[in-house]
Amino acid sequence: MAAVIPATGMSAIAADARSLRIAFLAMVAVIAVAPMAIYPVFLMKVMCFALFACAFNLLIGFGGLLSFGHAMFFGMGGYVAAYSAKEWGATPELAVLLATACTALLAWVAGMLAIRRQGIYFAMITLALAQMVYFFCLQAPFTGGEDGIQGVPRGKLLGLVDLADNRVMYVFVAAVFLGGFLLIWRIVHSPFGQVLKAIRENEPRAISLGYDTDRYKLVAFILSGTLSGLAGGTKSLVFQLASLTDVHWSMSGEVVLMTLVGGLGTLFGPVVGAAVIVTMQNYLAQLGAWVTVVQGAIFVVCVLAFRRGIVGELGALLKKLR
Amino acid sequence: MDTIFGVPTQALFGQLLIGLINGSFYALLSLGLAVIFGLLNIINFTHGAQYMLGAFGAYLLLTKLGLNYWWSLLIVPIVVGFTGVVIERLLLSRLYNLDHLYGLLLTFGLALIIQGLFRNEYGSSGQPYPIPAQLTGGQKLPFMFLPNYRAWVIGASLVVCLGTWYLIERTKLGGYLRAATENPALVQAFGVNVPRMITLTYGFGVALAALAGVMAAPIYQVSPQMGADLIIVVFAVVVIGGMGSILGAIVTGFGLGLIEGLTKVFYPEASNTVIFIIMAIVLLIRPAGLFGREK
Repeated sequence: MAAVIPATGMSAIAADARSLRIAFLAMVAVIAVAPMAIYPVFLMKVMCFALFACAFNLLIGFGGLLSFGHAMFFGMGGYVAAYSAKEWGATPELAVLLATACTALLAWVAGMLAIRRQGIYFAMITLALAQMVYFFCLQAPFTGGEDGIQGVPRGKLLGLVDLADNRVMYVFVAAVFLGGFLLIWRIVHSPFGQVLKAIRENEPRAISLGYDTDRYKLVAFILSGTLSGLAGGTKSLVFQLASLTDVHWSMSGEVVLMTLVGGLGTLFGPVVGAAVIVTMQNYLAQLGAWVTVVQGAIFVVCVLAFRRGIVGELGALLKKLR
Repeated sequence: MDTIFGVPTQALFGQLLIGLINGSFYALLSLGLAVIFGLLNIINFTHGAQYMLGAFGAYLLLTKLGLNYWWSLLIVPIVVGFTGVVIERLLLSRLYNLDHLYGLLLTFGLALIIQGLFRNEYGSSGQPYPIPAQLTGGQKLPFMFLPNYRAWVIGASLVVCLGTWYLIERTKLGGYLRAATENPALVQAFGVNVPRMITLTYGFGVALAALAGVMAAPIYQVSPQMGADLIIVVFAVVVIGGMGSILGAIVTGFGLGLIEGLTKVFYPEASNTVIFIIMAIVLLIRPAGLFGREK
C-alpha cells in the first residue's frame, strides 16, 4: 500500500535533529511552568491523551497501519490499573506496570490477528476486536459494568510518596509522559524504526530485501498498544476512575482525530493535537452532542485540506523559510 | 412442551427468526459496502449513519407529511441515495488519488456529523414507528407464531439481495461495473464514463443502506445511534465473507445472523461477541475471508 504520510512531513523531521531537541526542551519547559497558570488535573489529562496519541502515531505515522481500535488498549489499561489499585491495594507504580503488562499481552493477541490483513481491512479488524473487548468489559464482573470502577485510590508511590496531592501526581504523570515520549523518539530513530518506515513506504521491497515484515509490524503493534495501556492506566489513577467511555469506539476515533490534527508521522504532532482536542472538548462540553458534530467537521476538513496537520504544516513552513 | 437439546422449540425458532431478521440487515448493509468498495476502494463508514437516515426518513415522512410506509419505501432510498451522490461528487471524489485510508477517515467524520446532528434534534431515545396496516398480525405455524411484517422483511431483503446480484453478475451494466472494478483506465478507454459510474454506484450503495433503514424502522426503535454499533458488526461480517463476491456477502450476512440467534439460545453471554470471535477464527484459517480472493 502507498504511504499514508506526505513525504515532506517526514523529511522535515529527519532533516534536523537539533530543532527536535529544541522543541523537546521547550515542551519540558512548558510542562514545568504550565501548572502555575493552568489547572493541573486538566494538564494531566492532556499528557495522558498526548502519550496515547503518540503511541497510536507510532503505528500509523511510522508503520502506515491505521488502527481503529486503540481504545481497547487505553481502556483495558485503565481497568487493570484501577482494579489492582483499588481491590489489591497495589502501589501506583505497580498498578501502572501491571496495566502495561496486560495490554502488552492483549496487543500481542490482537496484533497476531490484525496484521494478517492490510490497509482498510486492518482498520476494520482492529475496530471489530475493540468492540469485542468493549462487550467483554461491559459484561465481565471485575469492571463494574456501566458504573465502571470508581473511587480508585492514587496510593503512595513506592509506598513512600503520597500521590493524593495534585502537584505530586502531576510530577508522576509528567515523568510517565516524558519517559514514554523519549522511548517513542528512540524507537523511531532506531534501526527498527527505519525498517518500519521502509515497510510503510514499500512493503514488497522491504520483503525482497529480506525483512520479515510481519514480525516488524507485530512488534510495532505491541509497542503501540502497550504504551496506550500505560497512558490509560495513568489516566485512571489521575481521575480515580475507569469507565466504559475509554473502551468505546468513539475513543478510538478521538485518538485518530488528535493525531490527524497534530500531524501524522511527526513526533510532536500528537502532543499538539491532544492538547487542541482536549481543550476543545473542555470548552464545548456544555454543548452536548455538538462536540461530536464539531469533531466530525474537523475530520472532514483535515482530510480534505489539512492532511499534514498543525506540526506537519509548521515543519513545511519552516523548510520553505530556510 | 417440545424441546430440542433441552431448549423449548418456541424459544429456539423465535431466536432463529430474530437471527434471520438481523441477518437480512447484515446482508443488505454488507452488500452495499461491498458494491461501494469494489469500485471506489473506500470503506464507507457513513453506511451506518445512512441506514439511520433511512429510518428517520420514513419516520419524518409519516409524522410531518402523513405519507405511509410504502411511499417511504420508494421515496427515502432515492432521496438518501441522492445525498450520497452529492457527498461523492463534493467530497469523496477529491480523495481518489490518495491512500484509501483517507476515505475511511472522511466517511467516519461524516458519520459523526450526521449522527451528532440527529442526536441534537431528537435526543438519544428512540421514536416508535408503526407496522404498516397491511402487514400487522401474523401466521400461526405448527411450531411458532410468525408475524407478517417480519416475514415480509426477510422476503423483501432476499429479493433485493438477489436482484442486486443479478444486476451485477448477469446484466450488461453489471458487466461494465465489474470490468471497471478490475481496470478502470481500460474501461474508460473503451468509452464508458467511469467517473459517472462511480458516482452512481456510491448512490446505489447508499440507497441500499437507506432501504434497510426504512425496513428496520417498524422493528427497531428509530434512534440516532441505531446505525453506529450495527456498522461495526457489519464490518466484521464483511471481513468474514471477504469482499470478492456479491453472493458471498449475502450468504455470510444471513448465516451470521442465524448463528447469532442460535448463540442467544444456547449461550446468551456470548451473543454480542460471537460474530467477532468467528471473525478471529476466519482470520486465522482463511485471512482473505470465506469468499474472498487474495489480491
